[in-house]
Amino acid sequence: MTVGALARGRKGGRVGRIQALLWRRPWMRAALLLGPGLAWFVVIYLASLVLLLITAFWQINPFTTAIERVWNLDNFRTLVTDGTYRLIIVRTIGLAAAVTVTDAVLAFPFAYYMARVASRRVQTALFAAVLLPLWASYLARVYAWILILNHDGVLNWSLLLVHLPPANLGYTNWAMWIVFSYIWLPFMIIPTYAALERIPQSYLEAAADLGARQGRATWDVILPLALPGIVAGSIFTFSLTLGDYVTPLLVGGAGSSFIGNVVYSNVGIAHNIPFAAALAIVPVAVMALYLLGARRLGAFEAM
Amino acid sequence: MEARWTRVALRVWAVGILLFLFIPIGLVIVYAFNVSTIQSWPIPGVTLRWFGQTWQDPEVRRALLLSVEAGLMATAVALVLGSMAAFAIHRFQFFGREVISFALVLPLALPGIITGMSLNSFFAFNQVTFSLWTIVIGHATFCIVIVYNNVLARLRRTSSSLMEAAMDLGASGWQTFRDVTFPLISTALVAGALLAFALSFDEVIVTTFTAGAQNTLPLWIFGAIRLGQRLPEVNVVVFVVILITIVPVVIASRLTGGGAAGRVEAVAAAEEV
Repeated sequence: MTVGALARGRKGGRVGRIQALLWRRPWMRAALLLGPGLAWFVVIYLASLVLLLITAFWQINPFTTAIERVWNLDNFRTLVTDGTYRLIIVRTIGLAAAVTVTDAVLAFPFAYYMARVASRRVQTALFAAVLLPLWASYLARVYAWILILNHDGVLNWSLLLVHLPPANLGYTNWAMWIVFSYIWLPFMIIPTYAALERIPQSYLEAAADLGARQGRATWDVILPLALPGIVAGSIFTFSLTLGDYVTPLLVGGAGSSFIGNVVYSNVGIAHNIPFAAALAIVPVAVMALYLLGARRLGAFEAM
Repeated sequence: MEARWTRVALRVWAVGILLFLFIPIGLVIVYAFNVSTIQSWPIPGVTLRWFGQTWQDPEVRRALLLSVEAGLMATAVALVLGSMAAFAIHRFQFFGREVISFALVLPLALPGIITGMSLNSFFAFNQVTFSLWTIVIGHATFCIVIVYNNVLARLRRTSSSLMEAAMDLGASGWQTFRDVTFPLISTALVAGALLAFALSFDEVIVTTFTAGAQNTLPLWIFGAIRLGQRLPEVNVVVFVVILITIVPVVIASRLTGGGAAGRVEAVAAAEEV
């Protein structure tokens, strides 16, 4: 490092001097590199988040819909006391939990196959195959399910083929459950696979030597070791479902609003940004509790 | 070792999951060629005429143009700021480094509605008019993270002795960057840029909160599906969007040897720092 600095010092000139200065004071280089990105981040993103938090404690003038900067808890009081909002919050959290469990159940055997049964080549191919749908446009995948679930869609056609009555799942909570589970499934598969792949074969051999059968070894050895991966995946499936409003709007029926839908309509239609902000804090708070719970369970330590 | 029947059952399960993942995408592609204006299965016939009609639709063209503009600009901002931040985090140890590297992934880890909603109230608070620029700012906020992660991952795998050798041989800081560092990280930059563009091009939630009156392509699709209007055009647009987002991702993963860092990896990496 000093050699480099000397070489530049000899070269002289203003540019050389600046470069030499930067060499001698590494913190200056760090600040120069990090400064713009960090400034962007703090000034725009973090400031926005803080503002969101503050706005939630303000209110609007009911006649002019102008924001009044009066500190109060009315928005939160409405959330807790109004049955409609309580129902929406419970529905959102409930469906997010259902989607998370469904994805965990669907993902585990698949991830197990990827990590412990498939050959190296198949493993790589499966990894790419799981990631690809994630990039294939969110709206395209939601739209695909509208086409599948609607009255004249593939699902009813297939049911008819095997002489079953039509299901007519379109525009119901079932549709939301299927679509969310479908869209976020790769987010569950990848971390579960990563956790399973790290389990040493010798652990299973030890379990077998001690007389554990397949089922017992899976239950007592593999599952606890895979749990951190499943929890990591659940953070995605849970958080992404909590904050969504596009899927409920497109595939949910009447009366299937999510927290996000109410936030959206309060921003776009009612212009009640303080109330929308208070409502938007609910998923953040739920996620914070969820992460805290995951940590309490020791899920992060094992990662 | 797994018993024979277990292996067979697992294989069947895996095939089932793959079908579950890909049948909907395959179907939506088939519908783009649907001859009928009614979206029922099976489609009565195959045609290419919706492609022409969609291409002629001025609304779709405007939306496509806006999406491309916003994507390119957000990617450009992300490339500069994201790679600079990656350099700083990689090269230097300083107070608050862990906090910064954790905070940087928040836009990807928090639900989009939080980012969208907070940017919306931020712009409204500062009386910024919603325009192309507010969309770019919203998109750049999460695109930065994608570039940052890809560049950081590459820097971690690159030995710093190469840069030191160049400097010992008398190369200036700029020369070292141009001739040694940049070629080493260039594919990671391209991969990060492609992924960032793909993410921006497909974004709905943050965009609804940061766009003014104009539509990006996803907003146009969203509106049309909601109203159930012009579905033949929606089919075509959705097909094209799948191509536009998947192709860059495939290229990006080739460039990085399968190690391109998208959303899942970004958050996983933050926990490692």
